[in-house]
Order: sequence, then structure tokens, then C-alpha cells
Amino acid sequence: MPELVLQLTRAGFLALLWLFVLVALRVVRSDLYAASGLRTLVPGGGRSTPRSGRGRIPRQLLVIQGALAGTRITLDARPILIGRADDSTLVLDDDYASTRHARISQQGEEWYVEDLGSTNGTYLDRAKVTGPTRVPLGVPVRIGKTVIELRS
Amino acid sequence: MAAGDAHVPAQAAQAMATGRSIELILLGFATVLVTGALALVEANQEQELTSSIVFVGLAYLALFAVGHLAVRRFAPYADPLILPCVALLNGLGLVMIHRLDLAEVEKATALGRELPTELITRQVAWTAIGVALFVVVLWLVRDHRTLARYGYTAGFVGLILLALPGVLPSEISEVNGAKIWLRVGGFSIQPGEFAKILLIVFFAAFLVQKRELFTTAGRRFLGMELPRARDMAPMLLAWGLSIGVLVLERDLGTSLLTFGIVLVLLYTATERVSWLVIGLSFFIGGALVSYQLFDHVQRRVEAWLDPFADYNDSGFQIAQSLFGLGTGGVGGTGLGAGRPDLVPFAESDFMLSTLGEELGLIGLAAILVVYLVLITRGLRSALSVRDSFGKLLATGLAFTLALQVFIVIGGASKLIPLTGLTLPFLSYGGSSLVANYALVALLLRISHAARAPQPRRPAAPVVPIADAGTELVERPR
Repeated sequence: MPELVLQLTRAGFLALLWLFVLVALRVVRSDLYAASGLRTLVPGGGRSTPRSGRGRIPRQLLVIQGALAGTRITLDARPILIGRADDSTLVLDDDYASTRHARISQQGEEWYVEDLGSTNGTYLDRAKVTGPTRVPLGVPVRIGKTVIELRS
Repeated sequence: MAAGDAHVPAQAAQAMATGRSIELILLGFATVLVTGALALVEANQEQELTSSIVFVGLAYLALFAVGHLAVRRFAPYADPLILPCVALLNGLGLVMIHRLDLAEVEKATALGRELPTELITRQVAWTAIGVALFVVVLWLVRDHRTLARYGYTAGFVGLILLALPGVLPSEISEVNGAKIWLRVGGFSIQPGEFAKILLIVFFAAFLVQKRELFTTAGRRFLGMELPRARDMAPMLLAWGLSIGVLVLERDLGTSLLTFGIVLVLLYTATERVSWLVIGLSFFIGGALVSYQLFDHVQRRVEAWLDPFADYNDSGFQIAQSLFGLGTGGVGGTGLGAGRPDLVPFAESDFMLSTLGEELGLIGLAAILVVYLVLITRGLRSALSVRDSFGKLLATGLAFTLALQVFIVIGGASKLIPLTGLTLPFLSYGGSSLVANYALVALLLRISHAARAPQPRRPAAPVVPIADAGTELVERPR
């Protein structure tokens, strides 16, 4: 075989071999992000994956349980104060709620719930909120006997 | 979003995530590579380039298409990368064995000796048997968890297979000073290769059953918790086993492999570093004792420390292998253009230097990355499968490949003393090839279980949210 052809085929074969490796590594990479084995559990039973959550911005707050059930508050940029105090956005008449109980506020596109030192605590789904915690769409927030949810 | 809404896109995503089409594409790619390699070898060896090369390529593709169809049929969610990696390694191995055959024929013709038997026809037959066993294992083992029930049986059979060549008379079991063979009629197989898989099944099943025994706190010593003496039994068993193999069969490689697998399975099952420390101290003890007791171990170590001290005799293999790798350099001589046949056992123990000489560092690195992908996919299946027996089994199987590759490549490149093992899928050797196909079939079975969508369980009774129990959440960052 002529020397030039030998050198060209030699380099060509090595390039093809590495191309195979790179294709394989690409599959590995795409697999890292696909739902293959590791499924992350988010509060709310995995109903809101990051992809579907990003396109849907919360537009209103809905009270689904408690004395105020059915009340809707349209969300704008202002934070929502919840408690027994008269100046709260959502005024609760509930023995288990504190005067200034919790605040739901917007940061970027996400909404966060924050407990304001209440006596009986604020719960996101079934877990107690200790600091500002992101509220995904459709995940219940419980304050005393009242349960609220963000809806789009 | 309602649960019904979530179900439909999830199903669509799962249909794409089976990865069977990616597997087929990569198998096609591997076929192109192997056929190309064969054409280069033929051209560089001044053989006639005929259309038969295309037929060989098509036959190769057809063989792995059978494997692919079996995966599609029996394990549709299995990992898409494992089979193409195996196919590529096996194909390149076949090409290199053919290439060494050509060199031997040329040498024999030049010296006027009778032509040597061609190894390639046998290896092709073994490959076909291997793929057949692959299909059979995928077909028989529908759920890897059933294997756990046969743990003790597997362990018993494995032990017998491992010890059998050692106790049989030498004329049946000895080839080149190693009593690891079983020669029946025209066939010679190494039962140890199959024993390896059976022993992994046994140890995985055993450890899952008795896991809490090994995590029981024992005496504290030097800041770490030692297990209780009676829990040391499997460790001692493994140690005795590997030493026994070494004594009876003069097989360093298999004993090292057995010991390493048990150590890793123990560590994986218990997450306790003390097992690693104990294992390594046993290893060092065993190594020192066997160095004192056995001539062949001493010879291997001396050849490793300085292969050029006794170049013409014990150091010859390693020295030639190093010369071969040196000749290859970074880019290699080109397929079929080197002289890999100058290394003894170039087709089995020293496949590394054959590849290194003709493909160079660049090609060798690519092959190592293919092994790496194969092994990491196995370990990934172990991480994501949900039952602990599957986790341990997949870890053991993937780690066997890893340790074997390390021992062989380390031996041929003078990193560690040379031990007789084959490079999985690349080297000549029927038993190793067929056993490794069974191993890969089990890995694919486990990866299928790991990647398949979970059957929808009936929802747990939901406590009304107002009465639900409470727990703390961490603040997200």
C-alpha cells in the first residue's frame, strides 16, 4: 500500500474510532438529564417537573379548605400577607392562625411562602416551612384550618 | 396539572427513552468500524481486497442484529450503549486475531514450516455461541430477582467449577503450566470464567440476606469499627478460595479477581471502610505468603520489576510488549502494518500491546474509553435499579469487567506483575468470551429493570390535608 494512503487511512480510522466514542458519550450525557432511573421527588408527588413548571406562572391564589374556601385572589407583584390582622391580604378568622401568620411573595418568577413566627406553623404540602420555601403550582399550603393553593 | 395530563407526555417520553434505535445506529457504526479495520488489515498485509470483506461485515451485523432483536423482544428498556460497546470490542478483537493469523501464516511460509491452525475460525464460532448464550440468558432470566433464590446453588456450582481443574489430573486440565482448563474431546474450556458469574450471584444473594450481620457494630480499634469475628466468615472464605485457586491451579489472575469482587461486594453492601482495610491487609498478607511459597509468583514479580534483566527468558513477554507499545507510539503503525506477532501470546494475554502497536496511544485510549463507557453503564444500572439484590449483582458484574481490564492492562504495560487473564471481548479465548456474553446479558436485564417505567401502584390512602402529620422541610438553596 502506498505510504500516503497508509497514513491517511490510519488517521481516518482513528478519527472514526473516536467519533464512535464521542457519539456514545453524547448518549451518556443526554441520558443524565432524561428520566431514566433517578427520579427526583418534588413536593406534590412530582406533578411539577421543572420544564412544565416554567411555562406556567401562578396567576391566582385559591382557598380550597377552611372558612374562606372558594376565595380567589389574583396575584400581582405585591406580597400577600396572611393572618388575623385586619390589614392582611387574606384575613383569617381561625383560632389556629396568628395575627401575622405567613407571607407569600414573588421572587423572579417563583412564589415563596415564609412563616412570620406563627404559633402553629405553616405547612407546605405535609412539611413544616422553616424558611422561605418555593411554592410550586397546585401544592397546598396549610395555615391553621385553612388550605390555599397557587393556580395558573 | 391533573394526574391524567401528566400520564400522556410521560408515556411519549418513555417510548423515546428505550433507546433501541440509538442502539441499532451504534451497532451499524460499529459494523462500519470493524469492516473498515478488516479492510485496512487486508490491504496492509497485501491480501487481495475482494467483496468478501463486505460479506464478512454483513455477517457481523447480522449476528449482532440477532442480539439487538433479542434485547428488543426481552428487555426493551435495557441500556442502549452496552451492546454496541461489546460489539465493537468483540469485532476489533476478531480483526486483530485474524491479523495475527496472517502474520503466523506468513512466518510459517517463509520458514517452510507447516501452516499453523487459524485461530480466527474458532473465535468466530465462539462469538456465535456467545451471542446465542446472550439471547438464551435474556430469554430465561425474565427478572433478575429470581436469581436470588438460586444463590446457594449458584455458589455451590461455582465453587465446584472453580476447583474442578485443580483436582483433576494434569493431562486433562493443564495448559502452559496453568491448571485452569477442562479438555473434553476437541474442546477446551476454562470453567473458572463461568464460576466467576455464579460466585457473584451467590455473594450478592448472600449479602442481601445477611446484610445486617455485617453492619453490626463490633469492637472499636484505631478509630474504626471492626466487625465481629464470626461475621468475618465470608471474607475468610473468599480469601481461602482465592489462595486455594492459586495453590491448586497456579492462576494468579483468577485468585486476584475472586478476592477483589468479594471485597467490593462487601464494601458496597455495608458501606464500611473497615472491610476495605481488612481486605487489603488480607491481600497484602496473601501476596507476601504466596511470594515466599511459590516459584512462579517470584518469577512474575522479578520479571515485573526488571523485564530486561532476564530478557531472553522470563522477562521476554513483558519486554516485547513494551517494545511493541513503544513502536506504536502516539499514532500507531496503522492496522496490519506493525509486527505484533513478535510478542508471545499476542492474541490473548497481550492483546493490549497488539492494539497499542497498530493503533497507538490515540486508538488505545479510545478502546479504554469504550471499556469505561461499558463499565459506567453497568454501575449506573446498579445505582438506579430499585432492589438491593439487583444493585449488588450489577455492581459485582460491572466491577468484574473493570478489575479484569485493569489487571490485564496493568500486567501488559508493566504497572503490576503479569497475571494470566484475558481482556474481556478482545482477547482470544472461548470460555472468557462466552462467559462475558452471559455477564452482559445479566447486566442488560438489570438495566432493563432500572429503566423500565414503574408499574403504577395504587395510590396510598390520602390523609385530608388539614389533619396530616407534619415534618420539617429543609430550606432550598
